[in-house]
Amino acid sequence: MSDIAITDAAPEPHAHHPFLQHHFEDLGQQHEASTLGMWMFLSTEILFFGGVLCAYWVYRIMYPEAWALAAEQQNKLYGGLNTIVLIISSLTMALAVRNAQLGKRKATVGMLFATLLFGSTFLAIKSIEYWQHFHEGLFPGIHFTWNEVPALAPKVQLFMTFYWSMTGLHALHMVIGAGLLIWMMMRSWRGDFGPEYYGPVEIMGLYWHFVDIVWIFLFPFLYLIHGVHHG
Amino acid sequence: MSSVTLHDVRFVEPEGTRNYITHDYGALSWLLTKDHKRIAILYLFSITALFILGGFFAVAMRIELLTPEGDLLTSDTYNKFFTLHGIVMIFFFLIPSIPAVLGNFLLPLMIGAKDLAFPKINLLSWYLYMIAAVMGLYIIITGGVDTGWTFYTPFSTQYSNTHVFGVTFAAFIVGFSSILTGLNFLVTIHRMRAPGMTWFRLPLFVWAMYATSIVQLLATPVLAITLAMLMFERVVHVGIFDPAIGGDPLLFQHMFWFYSHPAVYIMILPAMGVASEVVAAFTRKKIFGYSFVAYSSLAIAFLGFLVWAHHMFVSGISVYSAMIFSFLSYFVAVPSAIKVFNWTATLYRGSVALLTPMLYILGFIGLFTIGGVTGLFLAAIGLDVHVTDTYFVVAHFHYVMVGGAVMAYMAGLHYWWPKITGRMYPEWWARLAALLIFAGFNLTFFPQFVLGYLGMPRRYHAYAPEFQVLNVMSTAGASVLAAGYVLPLIYLLWSLWYGRPAGPNPWGAVGLEWATSSPPPMENFHETPVVTWDAYDYPAMMKAMGETQNV
Amino acid sequence: MADEHDYAPAHAPHIHVTPMWIYIAVFLALAVGTLLTWWVSTIDLGWMNTPIALLIATIKAVLVILFFMHVIHSTRLTWVVVIASFLWLGVLFVLTFADYLTRLWQIY
Repeated sequence: MSDIAITDAAPEPHAHHPFLQHHFEDLGQQHEASTLGMWMFLSTEILFFGGVLCAYWVYRIMYPEAWALAAEQQNKLYGGLNTIVLIISSLTMALAVRNAQLGKRKATVGMLFATLLFGSTFLAIKSIEYWQHFHEGLFPGIHFTWNEVPALAPKVQLFMTFYWSMTGLHALHMVIGAGLLIWMMMRSWRGDFGPEYYGPVEIMGLYWHFVDIVWIFLFPFLYLIHGVHHG
Repeated sequence: MSSVTLHDVRFVEPEGTRNYITHDYGALSWLLTKDHKRIAILYLFSITALFILGGFFAVAMRIELLTPEGDLLTSDTYNKFFTLHGIVMIFFFLIPSIPAVLGNFLLPLMIGAKDLAFPKINLLSWYLYMIAAVMGLYIIITGGVDTGWTFYTPFSTQYSNTHVFGVTFAAFIVGFSSILTGLNFLVTIHRMRAPGMTWFRLPLFVWAMYATSIVQLLATPVLAITLAMLMFERVVHVGIFDPAIGGDPLLFQHMFWFYSHPAVYIMILPAMGVASEVVAAFTRKKIFGYSFVAYSSLAIAFLGFLVWAHHMFVSGISVYSAMIFSFLSYFVAVPSAIKVFNWTATLYRGSVALLTPMLYILGFIGLFTIGGVTGLFLAAIGLDVHVTDTYFVVAHFHYVMVGGAVMAYMAGLHYWWPKITGRMYPEWWARLAALLIFAGFNLTFFPQFVLGYLGMPRRYHAYAPEFQVLNVMSTAGASVLAAGYVLPLIYLLWSLWYGRPAGPNPWGAVGLEWATSSPPPMENFHETPVVTWDAYDYPAMMKAMGETQNV
Repeated sequence: MADEHDYAPAHAPHIHVTPMWIYIAVFLALAVGTLLTWWVSTIDLGWMNTPIALLIATIKAVLVILFFMHVIHSTRLTWVVVIASFLWLGVLFVLTFADYLTRLWQIY
C-alpha cells in the first residue's frame, strides 16, 4: 500500500509509432476509437440525409402524380451513368483500403487516385446535368419556368426543391470527399500507412462508401419513379 | 504499473507541482490547447458571457411586463427579445453548459483516461461554438430576429424581415459543436475507460453524459437539415414548407421538434447526473438503485425521441397522432420519476451535509418534480388545448430548465470548483446565493403558472390589466433571482485569488476525479489507474480512513 | 453491457484483409442491381414498383455496408451503431407518417 506521488516527471522516452497519439495506450485502441468515431459521425449523416428524405416521402405520398411527372423531367442516362461511376469508385476505394492494409504504397495511391478520378467524373456529369436542368427552367424560385402541365407545376417545383437540395448536399459531400482523398493520397505517397497503421484510409473509405449509399437511394427516388401522370 | 486504490486516498503532492493551469502560459497555449480541462475552462467563460446576454433580454422583458401596456418596448422589439432570449439561453447556454464545462473537465478524470478520444475535435467544438456565438452577436447588434426561437414557417421563411438566415446559420454551426462533443464523449466512454472500470462501476454522471451524448448525436442532425431547408427557402424564396407549391408548414414543426424535444433531455440528463453525484457525496452513501438510475438515463434518451408532437397538439396534426403522442409522453415521465425516487431514498437516513451543492440539488429535486409534473398536465390534450401558448407553458419549462438544469449546473460548479481551481469558494456567501436563487426563482415563475391558467398568452408585450399583480410579483422575483446569479460571479472570481486552497478531496467523496490533485496535472494521472472498487463505495473508503457512518 | 475491450485494448489493430474476389463480386452485384432497378422502373407493376425499388436499393446498401465498409467483420458495437441509426431514422418516419396518414381532412 504505497502513497502515490503525483509529480510531473518527464515521461521516459520510449520508442513508439510516429502516429500514435499520446492519450491512447496503443495503436489498437487508437484504431478502434477512430473507426468508432467515424461510424458515429456517419450515424449523424444518416439522420441528416434521412431528415430530408422523410420530408421527400411525406410529399411523395401526398402528390404521387406530380412526383412521377417530375421524375420524368430527369435525365435517367446521366443519373444511371453516375450511379455506375460511383459504384466503381466505391470498389476502387475498398481496394485502396486493402492495399493500405497490405502495405502496398504505390497501389494504395493508385486506387485512391482512381477513386478521385471516378468521383470527379461523377461531379462533372452532375454539373452538366445541373446546367441543362437550369436551362430547362427547373431550378425553383424566380428561375422556375417549366410549365408543361400547369395543374401540377407547383408540385413539380416542390419536387425540384428536393432534387436540387438533396443532390446539392450530396455533391457537397463528394467535393469534401475529393479533398480528403487528395490528402490521403499525399499521406499514402509519403509512406505513412502499413499493416499496423491504416486507420485514416479505412475511415476515408467509410466516408466515401456512405456517400455512395446516399446516391444508391437518391437515384431511384429522384429519377426512377414509375407512376401515372399526364403527358 | 502502480495502481491507485481506494485505500491510497492520501497521497503526496510535492511542492511546485505543475497542474493543467500552470503547465504553460500565454494566450495561445489556451487557445490552441488540446487539453480537455483547458477547453472546459474556455467553455466556462463563453457560456457565462452568453448567459449574461440571455439574462439581459429576460430582464428587459420582465421590466416591460411590469405594466399591462406595451410601453417600454415596441411589439417588434419585444418579439426580438423573447426570440433572442430563447436562442441564446437554449443553444448557447443550456445545451452546452454541463456537458461542455463539467463533462469536458470531468469525463476523462472519472474514467481514468488521459484525455477525450479526440482532443483536436474537442477544441474544434469550442471554435464552432465561438464562431456561431460571434455570428449571433453580430446579428443581435444589426437587428436581431423576431420569429421566436422555434422559427415557425411560413413567418420565418416568407414574412419576417429580420436576420433569419444568419441566425439559423449560427444555430446550424453551434449544432455541430454539440454533435462533435457528443461523438467525442461516446467514443471516450466506450474505448478509453481505465482497466477495471467496467460499465457498472462508472459514476452515474458518466452514464448521464453517455445518454446525453446519444441524444446530441442523433437528434441534432435533424435540426441541422431542417434549418438548412429553412435557409434554402430564405435564399431561393420557395421551399419545402411553402404552401403555395403544396408544402406543409407543419412538416417544419415535425422536423424541428424531432430535435427540439430530445434537446430538452440534452439539458436535463446532465443535470440529473450532477444530482446523483452530489446526493451520493453529501449523504456519503451509494445512490439507492444505482442500476435503475443508470438504465433510466438510457430510457429517457430513447423515449425522449418518441414524444415530439406534444408541442403540436393545436397546430393541426391529426387527432389520432395527437393521441399517440400524448400517450407516449406519459411514458417518458416514468424514468425521470424513478430517479427522483432513488435520490430521495438515498437521502433517507443518509448523513446529509447541507453544503451549497446539496442545497442546490435539494432545490433541483423539488423544482424539477414540479416542472416535470406540470409537463404531464400539458401532455393531456384536453388540458393542453386551454393552456398551450400561455404562461403555463412558460412556467413549466422554466421550472425544468432553470429550477432544474441551471440549479444543477450551479450545484456541479460549486461541487467541482475545488477540483477545477484548487480553491474553495466562500461557503456562507454561496449558501446565501443558493437561497436567493431558490426564492427568486419561485417568486418569478410560480405566479406564471397562475397567469397561464387564467389565460395570459405568452410572447405578448401587453396584457389585460387584471394580470398585473402576478406580473409584478414575477418581475420582483426576477430581480431577486438576478441578484442571486450575480453573487456567484463575484465570489467565485474572488475565490481564485483568496479562496482557501483545496486539497485533492475536500468533500471526502469517492471517485477517480478525487484521487488526483486539485487542480489536476495536465495528464490527469501519472499512471493509468486500475480500478478495483465499486462506484460510491463509501463504506470501504470510510473504513480505510477510519471513520464510522452514522446510520 | 459487457464489452470485450473492458480490460485489455488490442495492441495493434485487428486486421482482416478481405479477399479480392469478394470485392469484385459485390461490385458486380451492385452493377446488376442498378441495371435491374432501372429496368423494373420501366415496367408497370402498379403499387409494387415502389417497394421493389426500395428493396433493391436496400440490398445494395446492405452489401456496401457489410463488405465494402467491413461491418461483417466489425465489432458488436459497430453493428449497434449502424442499426441504431436506422432505427432512429425509422422513428422519425413512423411517427411523422402517423400524423400524415391519419389526416382525414386531406384527400390524396
